[in-house]
Amino acid sequence: MKILVPIKRVVDYNVKVRVKSDQSGVELNGVKMSMNPFDEIAVEEAVRLKEAGTATEVIAVSCGTTASQETLRSALAMGADRAILVETDVELQPLAVAKLLKAVAEREQPQLVIAGKQAIDDDANQTGQMLAALMGWPQAAFASKVVMGDGVVTVTREIDGGLETIELKLPALITADLRLNEPRYATLPNIMKAKKKPLDVLAAGELGVDINPRLRHVRHAEPAARQGGVKVADVAELVNKLRNEAKVI
Amino acid sequence: MKTLVIAEHDNKTLAGVTLNAIAAAQRFGGEVDVLVAGADCAAVVSQAQAVAGVARVLKCEAAHYAEPLAENLAVLVQTVAAGGGYRAVLAAASSLGKNLLPRVAALLDVAAISDVVAISAPGRYERPIYAGNVLVAVESDQAIDVLTVRTTAFDAAAASGGSAGVEEVAAAADLGLSRLIGRELSKSERPELGAAAVVVSGGRGLGSGENYRAVLEPLADALNAALGASRAAVDAGFVPNDYQVGQTGKIVAPGLYVAVGISGAIQHLAGMKDSKVIVAINKDPDAPIFQIADYGLVADLFQAVPELSKSLAAN
Repeated sequence: MKILVPIKRVVDYNVKVRVKSDQSGVELNGVKMSMNPFDEIAVEEAVRLKEAGTATEVIAVSCGTTASQETLRSALAMGADRAILVETDVELQPLAVAKLLKAVAEREQPQLVIAGKQAIDDDANQTGQMLAALMGWPQAAFASKVVMGDGVVTVTREIDGGLETIELKLPALITADLRLNEPRYATLPNIMKAKKKPLDVLAAGELGVDINPRLRHVRHAEPAARQGGVKVADVAELVNKLRNEAKVI
Repeated sequence: MKTLVIAEHDNKTLAGVTLNAIAAAQRFGGEVDVLVAGADCAAVVSQAQAVAGVARVLKCEAAHYAEPLAENLAVLVQTVAAGGGYRAVLAAASSLGKNLLPRVAALLDVAAISDVVAISAPGRYERPIYAGNVLVAVESDQAIDVLTVRTTAFDAAAASGGSAGVEEVAAAADLGLSRLIGRELSKSERPELGAAAVVVSGGRGLGSGENYRAVLEPLADALNAALGASRAAVDAGFVPNDYQVGQTGKIVAPGLYVAVGISGAIQHLAGMKDSKVIVAINKDPDAPIFQIADYGLVADLFQAVPELSKSLAAN
C-alpha cells in the first residue's frame, strides 16, 4: 500500500510574524522556514505504518517554489521513501493545491493520503477535505488514532464534544491532528541518507489544472494589540478589582 | 440574494453555534435559509423555524443523514446550494463546519473562506491567519462563497420570534463511503466551553490531572465557569482534548477568562485574547500571559487559587 503525504513549507512556528509595511502580506525575507508541524505528524504516521509493514512506500509531495525541496528532504530524513515537488511560483490557495495533489494522486494511485489538518500560516484547514472531495474519497479530518483494516481504515477524530470513531473505505484521506503521534527527530545518518533519496520535480503547468488564485488577499494588518493591565498584590486585591473595577463577578 | 446556513444538531436540538452562523448570514442583507439534514429531526426543524430572521427551513430527512458524515452531507449541500441560487453557504467554524464546508467548496469548484470574523459586504470578508497574529481582508468575486464563521465574532440570532416556512428537499444517494463506529463525548454539568460567560483554564503549571481537578473545579464552581486548558495540559494528559483552547483548539471570548498556570504561548493566546477580561495567575513574573492579562497575580497557584475560590464562594 502506497501512502501519499502532502507537506507545506511554512514560517517556523516559533517566529513572530510581521506584516509588510505596504500591507501586501507577511514578511518572509530572512525568516526561518520549516515543515508545517501538522505535516510532520502526517509524515510520522505514514512512516510508522510502513515500519509496521502495513504500507510499502511513503511518498512526500509538496507544491510550491524550488525552496520546498528543502522541506521535502526533511520528510525524506524522517523516513519517506521518495519525494515529488510540484513546482510553481504562483501563489497557491487550498483549492489549487488540492487540484495539483489530485493530479499527483492519479499518477501514483495511493490507497491512503495523510495530510496535516491545517497549515499554521494561512490556518485554512481546507486542503485535505478538498482533495478528498475531488477524488470522491471518504475523509477523516482531525485524526488522533489510525487503525488499518482490510480494505478499510478506522480513524478516531477529535470533535468539539470529545472523540468520534469512523470507518472509511479505502482509498481514503486522513488529516492529522496534534495528538496522532509525536514526530521523531531526524538523525544525522538519516539526514545524510535523505540526500540520496529520489526527489522528482514536476512543473505545475504540466499537470493541466487551473491553479489561479480565486480570492484576493487585499490587506494584511496586525490586530489591535491588547493592552496589558496591572499586577495585583494578592487575592484580596484581585477579588476587589474584579468586583468593583471590571464588574465581572 | 439568498444565503444558506447549514444547521448543526443531534436530531433533537439545534446547536447554539448555528445561531451565530445565522447572524453572520444576515450580514449579507438577503434572505437566510437554513438546511436541516438529519433523521427524525422534526424537533430541530421547529427550532430552526423559530429563529428570528430565518426565511425558510429546508428539511431533508434520510437514514444516511442521521450522523453528520461529510461525504453524504457535502453532496446534499452542493446540490441545494447550486440549485437554489445562493450567494453564500455558511456554517459555524466548529469541528463539523471545518470538516464539511471545504468539501462542499471543492465540489462547487470554489474557494472556501475559513474562520471569518467580519463580513462587510457580500464578497468582502476578514479572517485571522498566523494564529490570529494577522488579520487579512479577503475579496471574492465568486458566484457563490463558502464560509465558516467564527462564532465569537457574531452575536447569536434570537432563538425565538421567527416563523419560517418549511420546504422538503430530496435526499441525495447514500455514497456508502464512511460510517460511524462510536462517539465518546465528555459529559459535564458545566456551561459549554465555546459559549460560557466565564472560563477557567489550566496549564502545565498544575502538574497533574488530579491537581487540575482539585485546584480548578472549586473555582469553576464558584464562578459557574466552563473549564478549559492549554495544549500543554492536554498533551500531558491532565484533561481530554476537547478542553483545549487555542489556535487549533477552541476559540473562546468569554466575559471573564481566568488562566491558571498557563505561560501564554501565542498558540494559546490565539484562542482567548478576545476575552473581555483576562486574569492570569502564574508564579513566573515573566510569563507572556501577563502581557495581555488585565489583572495579573504573580503567586503560587496552589495557594492563590484555593484562596480565590474560598473568597468567591463566601460571597
